[in-house]
Amino acid sequence: MNNSLEVTDLCKNFRDFNLNHINFTLPRGYIMGFIGPNGSGKTTVIKLILNMLKKDQGIIKVFGQDHIHQEVDIKENIGVVFEAPYYIPDWNLMDLEASVKPFYKTWNSHRYYSLLKDFELNKNQKIKTLSKGMKLKFMIAAALAHETKLLILDEPTSGLDAVSRDELLGILGDYVTSEEKSILFSSHITSDLEKIADYITFIHKGELIYTGTKDELLEKYCVIKGDGSKLTGEQYETVIGYTENTTGFEGLYPLKALSGLSANIVTDTATLDDIILFTNRNKVAFKCNTNERLG
Amino acid sequence: MKIIISNSSGLPIYEQIKEQIKSAILSGTLTEGEALPSIRLLARDLKISVITTTRAYTDLEQEGFVTNVQGKGCYVLPINNDLVREQLLRKIEEGFQSAMNAAKTARILRKELEAIWEQICEEEEYE
Repeated sequence: MNNSLEVTDLCKNFRDFNLNHINFTLPRGYIMGFIGPNGSGKTTVIKLILNMLKKDQGIIKVFGQDHIHQEVDIKENIGVVFEAPYYIPDWNLMDLEASVKPFYKTWNSHRYYSLLKDFELNKNQKIKTLSKGMKLKFMIAAALAHETKLLILDEPTSGLDAVSRDELLGILGDYVTSEEKSILFSSHITSDLEKIADYITFIHKGELIYTGTKDELLEKYCVIKGDGSKLTGEQYETVIGYTENTTGFEGLYPLKALSGLSANIVTDTATLDDIILFTNRNKVAFKCNTNERLG
Repeated sequence: MKIIISNSSGLPIYEQIKEQIKSAILSGTLTEGEALPSIRLLARDLKISVITTTRAYTDLEQEGFVTNVQGKGCYVLPINNDLVREQLLRKIEEGFQSAMNAAKTARILRKELEAIWEQICEEEEYE
């Protein structure tokens, strides 16, 4: 069993949003970044994996087991961190331990309290009085206090400052020093993922755009900028997210089509942000004429 | 062993790791039989992905600088002098090529280019 997570042909229909035929595989021992603009369906996929929402179609296997038939077994081995705690705000961190502990066979109180100590959290503090960064750390402590093989984090870095984000990346890096452990990490702050993610799954408006290694994705595209009239019709069609204004155009371009481009067009390496941005903008040519505006 | 990753160098991260380990081996900082840090520890310390580190190590292995012992780790191999010479020759060719490209852009004649080269050699007292 070499995959921590296998999602095959996953579909879910809501009245005004459809998740269509999502496929991806997270090999054991690696970090997958799950990216896409807000509202693209990332949290829906995570909730489907955890059976918090009922899927309409598709197969989800966690550690090679069906996520519904073996749900209890699987959840013993998963740690989950959501954007905001699901816990009662008036509890303190000891109340929380007492109430969550009975659900897990492998819960380790010693580990929970030592993580709180590492994260400089006071066990007498109430959940509602914790800052955003502290809430995240405490949820990670709660997620890692039992034996886990898969850590799922939904938008953990949103609203965190650079210091807390860096600490989080350190914690995640520590986690995967074991080859047995994997992480699925959804985020729209892609600079975090750009470094540590091994694999990227990119969804947009409920559709799968890319799944595979991060390096392959980043090596597939570059950003091009320049004078739009220097593009041939065919090249123009190839540009993803072509955007033009008075100073020139910019867009995402497949590296393998690069050879025919005019020498006047500048190429830059594409970041994950560029890829998301231009895919989202696809073919919105916005014209802004400064003369008109001045007149 | 120190490895410094720069985000603005323009070189991919795996390439930077590879080059730095290579120069550590060529300069003798890393000697034959020494173990490289494990892939996962290096990835953690540099806060980069495991795949990126794996790629750097695989390349080093293919170029004959290290050997990977399954389940044990990566070890530095004795330096193969022919191989090193071959690689340095390639580097020289690349250097000349980029100098010539710059000269073309600036419309500098071959004679002037040769004069620059002579001057550099003299300054460095290169025989």
